[in-house]
Amino acid sequence: MSTNRVVTDIKQVTVRFSGDSGDGMQLSGTLFSTLSAIFGNEISTFPDFPAEIRAPQGSLHGVSGFQVRIGAKDVYNSGDKTDVLVAMNPSALKVNAQHLKKGSIVIYDNDSFKKRDLDKAKFETEDPFKELNLNHIQAIGVDITSLTKASLENSGLENKDILRSKNMFALGIVCWLFNRPLEIADQLLEQKFGKKPKLVEANIKALTDGYNYGDNIQLTATTYKIDVVECGKGFYMDVNGNTATAYGLVAAAEKAGVQLFLGSYPITPATDILHELTKRKDFGVKALQMEDEIAGITSAIGASFAGCLAATSTSGPGLSLKSEALGLAVMTELPLVVIDVQRSGPSTGMPTKSEQTDLRQALYGRNGESPLVVLAATSPTDCFDSAFEASKIALEHMTPVILLTDGYIANGSAAWRIPEMEDYPEINPPYVEKYYKGNAEDWKPFLRNEETDVRYWGIPGTPEYMHRVGGLEKDRFTGVISSNPENHQFMIDTRQNKIERIADFIPEQKVMGDEDADTLIVGWGGTYGHLLETALHLQDSGKKVAFTQFRHILPLPKNTHDLLKGYKKVIVAEQNSGQFAAYLSAKFQDLSNIRKFNRIEGQPFKVSELAREFTKIMEEE
Amino acid sequence: MSTVETKNIDVSGIKYQKYMPKDYKSPNPIRWCPGCGDYAILTCLQKALAELNVDPHNTAVISGIGCSSRLPYYMNTYGFHSIHGRASAIATGVKVANPNLSVWVATGDGDSLAIGGNHFIHTIRRNVDINILLFNNKIYGLTKGQYSPTSERGFVSKSSPYGTVEDPFRPAELTFGARGTFFGRALDVDMKNQVDTLVEAAKHKGTSVVEILQNCVIFNDGIHNKISDRNWKADNTIVLKQGEKMLFGKDNEKGIVLDGWNLKAVTIGDDGYTLEDVLVHDAETQDNTLHLKLALMDTSDGMPVALGVIRSVEAPTYERDYENQIAEVQKKTPKRSFRDFLLDSPNVWEVK
Repeated sequence: MSTNRVVTDIKQVTVRFSGDSGDGMQLSGTLFSTLSAIFGNEISTFPDFPAEIRAPQGSLHGVSGFQVRIGAKDVYNSGDKTDVLVAMNPSALKVNAQHLKKGSIVIYDNDSFKKRDLDKAKFETEDPFKELNLNHIQAIGVDITSLTKASLENSGLENKDILRSKNMFALGIVCWLFNRPLEIADQLLEQKFGKKPKLVEANIKALTDGYNYGDNIQLTATTYKIDVVECGKGFYMDVNGNTATAYGLVAAAEKAGVQLFLGSYPITPATDILHELTKRKDFGVKALQMEDEIAGITSAIGASFAGCLAATSTSGPGLSLKSEALGLAVMTELPLVVIDVQRSGPSTGMPTKSEQTDLRQALYGRNGESPLVVLAATSPTDCFDSAFEASKIALEHMTPVILLTDGYIANGSAAWRIPEMEDYPEINPPYVEKYYKGNAEDWKPFLRNEETDVRYWGIPGTPEYMHRVGGLEKDRFTGVISSNPENHQFMIDTRQNKIERIADFIPEQKVMGDEDADTLIVGWGGTYGHLLETALHLQDSGKKVAFTQFRHILPLPKNTHDLLKGYKKVIVAEQNSGQFAAYLSAKFQDLSNIRKFNRIEGQPFKVSELAREFTKIMEEE
Repeated sequence: MSTVETKNIDVSGIKYQKYMPKDYKSPNPIRWCPGCGDYAILTCLQKALAELNVDPHNTAVISGIGCSSRLPYYMNTYGFHSIHGRASAIATGVKVANPNLSVWVATGDGDSLAIGGNHFIHTIRRNVDINILLFNNKIYGLTKGQYSPTSERGFVSKSSPYGTVEDPFRPAELTFGARGTFFGRALDVDMKNQVDTLVEAAKHKGTSVVEILQNCVIFNDGIHNKISDRNWKADNTIVLKQGEKMLFGKDNEKGIVLDGWNLKAVTIGDDGYTLEDVLVHDAETQDNTLHLKLALMDTSDGMPVALGVIRSVEAPTYERDYENQIAEVQKKTPKRSFRDFLLDSPNVWEVK
């Protein structure tokens, strides 16, 4: 390989692979991000794909993209705009044109930029770049399709399989551009297609030929090198939010010494949690694909009654279907983890697009006074910690916990330092035979621990503690059906207190930034990376801002009120129309400093827009 | 909270507990209407459990919503009175979580065949080893008298003042459509057959559906009179017994015979029919064609209603196969901690 070429050092770069939903762009993107992570870069990925499995070829609505931002450090999100776009067809170019930075590189497949391809993308002229006013970019046409065909001519593969390797040729070019070692990619391909040696060989060949092609003809004047910065010692892997969520449940079950049970029903974008847990039979996990969303949660409630760490995974429409059963879990005071991977709504909405519009549903979406715990994971890797904590709270406080993640962090991935499980706290469910101090014959199913208001867990199979639970209001001690007015008030208050007391068991809310800042930027859940970068950017430009991201939504950390009232302005930024802001305002009615920023486009926040809009709010009188 | 009074029996020097029906009775006051058929069903379940001698603490009774679903409160076992229609999904979770429990579902025609229809059929299809007691009174009692999915076409009720214009489900047909492996039927007041059928249901490995023809004394009194009335019962019902001739009538003078593709009730000695012609019941044959025909026999066609175990065939149960799959995977995979599992995953790299 040639060595006398210009190599420019850069701190970060954002690359987007884009093509038809059948073009293998998700695979190219995943491989590129994984190999960059292994190489020692920080990564943040954003798979952005349509709901259709195979939309008509070359069409605008069939464009599937995978964006990855890689850098030496400070990669907090997948990036606003792209430095490099790989466009496998004109539609991919058109859809992504608005996200191109000035001076960005577009590598496109000459073979699929012919007249009929341009027609499919509804271009009116033969120069798509000019038509899109892309004057300040470097457009590099490569005959990707024909070069791939030539590369794999003697591979023994059928034509359709050869064509499917185009994505590897394109990936090879990108690897060359960023001086990525191919050895790691080869290993990854071997793992991916291990059972089909012919495919491994072909993919590696296309990849290598793509790399060499770039090198031989010096496709660009310069290639790029991204520094590797020393991160903490240890073992790492890249993980997406859904997998991390599944792992968090497995780790919590192991810690608590209980069986893990998942009752679920396939729904985008949550299904990968079901997939992962059905694989985890090595840990004895029982993960059931039930007949519907309701059976998903009710089978989990049954398993919880029978002594499992029980969970159900879903997205917004599924959570709606589970509402009644959630109330049953509240009423019977059984542990349950409900994972809502939020997607665009209302109704079916935009299944593959992300937003934060289920907060109200999680907080209030049930009949009656029905308090439960709500947590929100802040990043792909935080899904692990959040799922672990959700399990711990559910098991120790005998309550359903809704864990909100979202499509962005669920499908996005980041490098994750494999945790030492000793660093995680113990989980001690309140088993009646272990923690109840009296005689078995004096025990009643709704006797509580006075400190926590938590009832004891008597599990079927345990002699002497037979009892009945149910959805009807019950006597405060015996659990026998009761419609006594005072008893009902007492039970309403007790169920509420039980949840509020959990605030004693969660950490205080921490703030990043100046102590004397005028403005506090507030977010919750999966927008952490974008808001953090925005806050850092504003601080760098001399603004007095601080930043905090909430993971504990209900109950809120105990210092929340004190914290919020300390700032002149509190900007609550959310991908909904102000649900968390309204929640905070209702809770702390003395606060008049809350401002809102809301954007609901089904796309991640853009740091540039956030910085601009926050500045405006800060400058307002 | 609840104590069990048992008799200690000494058999050949080994002492074991023999439970009595009262060991399954909870102290909770029973709140069904006086004269309700549910009382008899409760008693039969307690008798059956005593006969099976299953530990109360290893028994879970799960219910949905409706009059029938109050039953768990009256049992000195683990119990769960849940929400409308979901009992069999909850019971699935209980049984899969702990296959050693004896799991019972108390449900009604509204609970399982209307709002919970989906869970009912899928539980049966999976063949989870639970016992479903389907109380069929052909009416909604707890909401005070609306027609149910088993009410006959034309049935007049509060929500069908001019009669219904829809056909009912026949629970057996639905069960067989879902590939059910066990179907039995009993009359609420017929304690002997009911206890026997419940015992057989419990012994059967897989989902057992027992349709219990139950009388709602308030809103649908006498709906099963044609078969429960002392005067007609002998002629209008037949208790099927495995391996025995299908005989009925006061003096067993009648029998069921095959007539072409159909079943026919005959009097032995009439029209040249002899005892030889009478069918022998085989609940254990895989083919459910005759089981269905037996289950659908109705007095309106001049046939007796079949009671007892109509179908009981062997098939793998869901929760055991699930356990087996786990065992197989674990046999192939070395036991390791969660961290070790992660370290063994593909794409792990070390920063030194």
